[in-house]
Amino acid sequence: MKAVKTPEESRLISWISFFAVLIFLGLVLLLDQLIKPTSSVYMLMTVLQKGSVYALAAVSMNLLNGYTGLFSLGHAGFMLIGAYTYAIFTIPSTSRDTVYQYFDAVVRFSFPETFSNAMGPVGTALGVLVAVILAGLLAAVFAYLIGLPVLRLKSDYLAIATLGFAEIIRAICQWQKLGPITNGSNLLKSFARTSKFKVAVGGLKLTLSTFVPVLIATVSIIIIVKLINSTYGRAFKAIRDDEIAAEAMGINLARHKMISFTVSSFFAGVAGAMMAMVLSIAQASNFKSAMTYEILLMVVLGGIGSTSGSVIGSFLFVAASEWWLRGLDSGSFLGIEAPNIFRNGFRLVVFSIIIMIVVLFFRQGIMGEREISDLIILRRRKRKAGKEAAK
Amino acid sequence: MRKDRPCILRVEDVTMQFGGVVAVNNFSMEEYEGEIVAIIGPNGAGKTTAFNVITGVYAPTNGRVSFNGDCVIENYPHGKMKKGYLGENAGKYTKVLEPTPDRLTALGMARTFQNIRLWKSMTVFDNVLIAKHLKRTSNLFSATFGANKAEEKQQREEADALIETVGLAGVRNELATSLPYGKQRRLEIARALATEPKLLLLDEPAAGMNPQETVELTKFIGEIRDAFHVTILLIEHHMDLVMDISERIYVLDFGSMIASGTPAEIQANEKVIDAYLGVTDDA
Repeated sequence: MKAVKTPEESRLISWISFFAVLIFLGLVLLLDQLIKPTSSVYMLMTVLQKGSVYALAAVSMNLLNGYTGLFSLGHAGFMLIGAYTYAIFTIPSTSRDTVYQYFDAVVRFSFPETFSNAMGPVGTALGVLVAVILAGLLAAVFAYLIGLPVLRLKSDYLAIATLGFAEIIRAICQWQKLGPITNGSNLLKSFARTSKFKVAVGGLKLTLSTFVPVLIATVSIIIIVKLINSTYGRAFKAIRDDEIAAEAMGINLARHKMISFTVSSFFAGVAGAMMAMVLSIAQASNFKSAMTYEILLMVVLGGIGSTSGSVIGSFLFVAASEWWLRGLDSGSFLGIEAPNIFRNGFRLVVFSIIIMIVVLFFRQGIMGEREISDLIILRRRKRKAGKEAAK
Repeated sequence: MRKDRPCILRVEDVTMQFGGVVAVNNFSMEEYEGEIVAIIGPNGAGKTTAFNVITGVYAPTNGRVSFNGDCVIENYPHGKMKKGYLGENAGKYTKVLEPTPDRLTALGMARTFQNIRLWKSMTVFDNVLIAKHLKRTSNLFSATFGANKAEEKQQREEADALIETVGLAGVRNELATSLPYGKQRRLEIARALATEPKLLLLDEPAAGMNPQETVELTKFIGEIRDAFHVTILLIEHHMDLVMDISERIYVLDFGSMIASGTPAEIQANEKVIDAYLGVTDDA
């Protein structure tokens, strides 16, 4: 059940979320210093990095599929645009020729370099930020252009059309003729990546390789949540629940669907840029429709129409597939040595079974349509009611 | 007829043709400020189609609709329709003006639906509040980053006041679909009123209601007309309700208007008795 909050309760929830986010970010920053890449639990950091990328992708997809009711499957395409934009504009001049070995690169500057020449070390960070925002903006522009014809479609037809456009984007990025910009079908590398993110405060050297993606994802998700709770978010939900009624109540369908589609794609582009900086390569062949399905799976597992569900879903998904079940591929799992059964590919068998079990027992996804805040409020009310009954 | 008052709605020669089927044929009507007017007729007479033309859901094959003195919908047979057009008044209208329903709602026309269309996953309060979205002055960014706090607060207060007025304050936080039928109807009317309309269009507001609920609804419709200064156009099958509250009635049969006038005139009209009212066995 969703809880309708009183003003006092919503104030409480805002404070709780504020401190929870601060503590979470602080903890990540601390872990970033403690756990080195050589450590045995470095997998945790990988999960945090990749998990935050997928969390943002899933939340932005949920904005479209869960809150606006537009079943779109073009996410991988927009993430690809984001990843490429980010990569192309952050490759330093010294490594440009090695990256574009078969082509003459057209883009002959990189934001981090340009800004750091002008402003020093702060400029590098600013350059990365500008590249990330540009990645989002470009994805949004493409989404707008694709949305003009595609958003007239509904349900399955919209899904097929967006899926097609995502594949077209991928094919175009791999086109040899565009090589001077996209490096053709070759991968982009050597750009600003998280493993190099470090900052010196006073005499203290801080590693930021996990903190930066987590921070970008957190800020983006907060913005999406704010949008969902605003008057526009309510209009999106009205369109999802009943389009005809929404239009009759004065909500301009074309305009609001376009807003939702472009905003969702903006954050998909940002997630793509994050993915590039986490994986430290960008290659069009990685952004297949399978990636869209993975993200869709996280959204469904977490609960369609629940932001916290999407976040939980994506972290669980990444942790299970990258970390907890790794042993199933390499011969030993939970102390059981069975190299005959536990070999390459077995992880996916177990993983699929787990997903089926989750879907069977949580028909609506882990969170349904609820948020964590609903759970807290309901618990609090129950406790209060219990106390009064005890009196 | 209140001809001394300004004309809110004027429908001129509206024809709506689906392929070879003429759902509404050459229908004209007018409604003056503060009136309650009803459109009645047997099933399939084209009442709801006429409604859908007026609210912009369908673009008419021919004809014009003026709202509050301005022409808002106009169309003439063109394209595919030109060849198959069977109606009169061809060539009288020359403009193409086909607004979407949301544009008409923004101008001050709000409607309810025959089969209730509330937003299912939302509470009573949210249903009313969302209808206020239309009246926003904030843009996407100011709304997202909380720069519209005052407007948001005002809209919430207005929504609460409206819920209080229509008598749904007790179920403010209930899911809209968990309400009993009569209250869902009330909520749909409240939601339409939240868009601050000049003209309220009710599509069979008493459908599926028991006699007790119908009596309450009759009273309610009169009350909101006076409280919100709206003009009301309704389609209805319950003759008690129609005869009680409407000042004028238009009768449709097979898409054509067969009579119009005051309730007394309609009840005495031979054509209407033949087509629709019939000889009553009981009241």
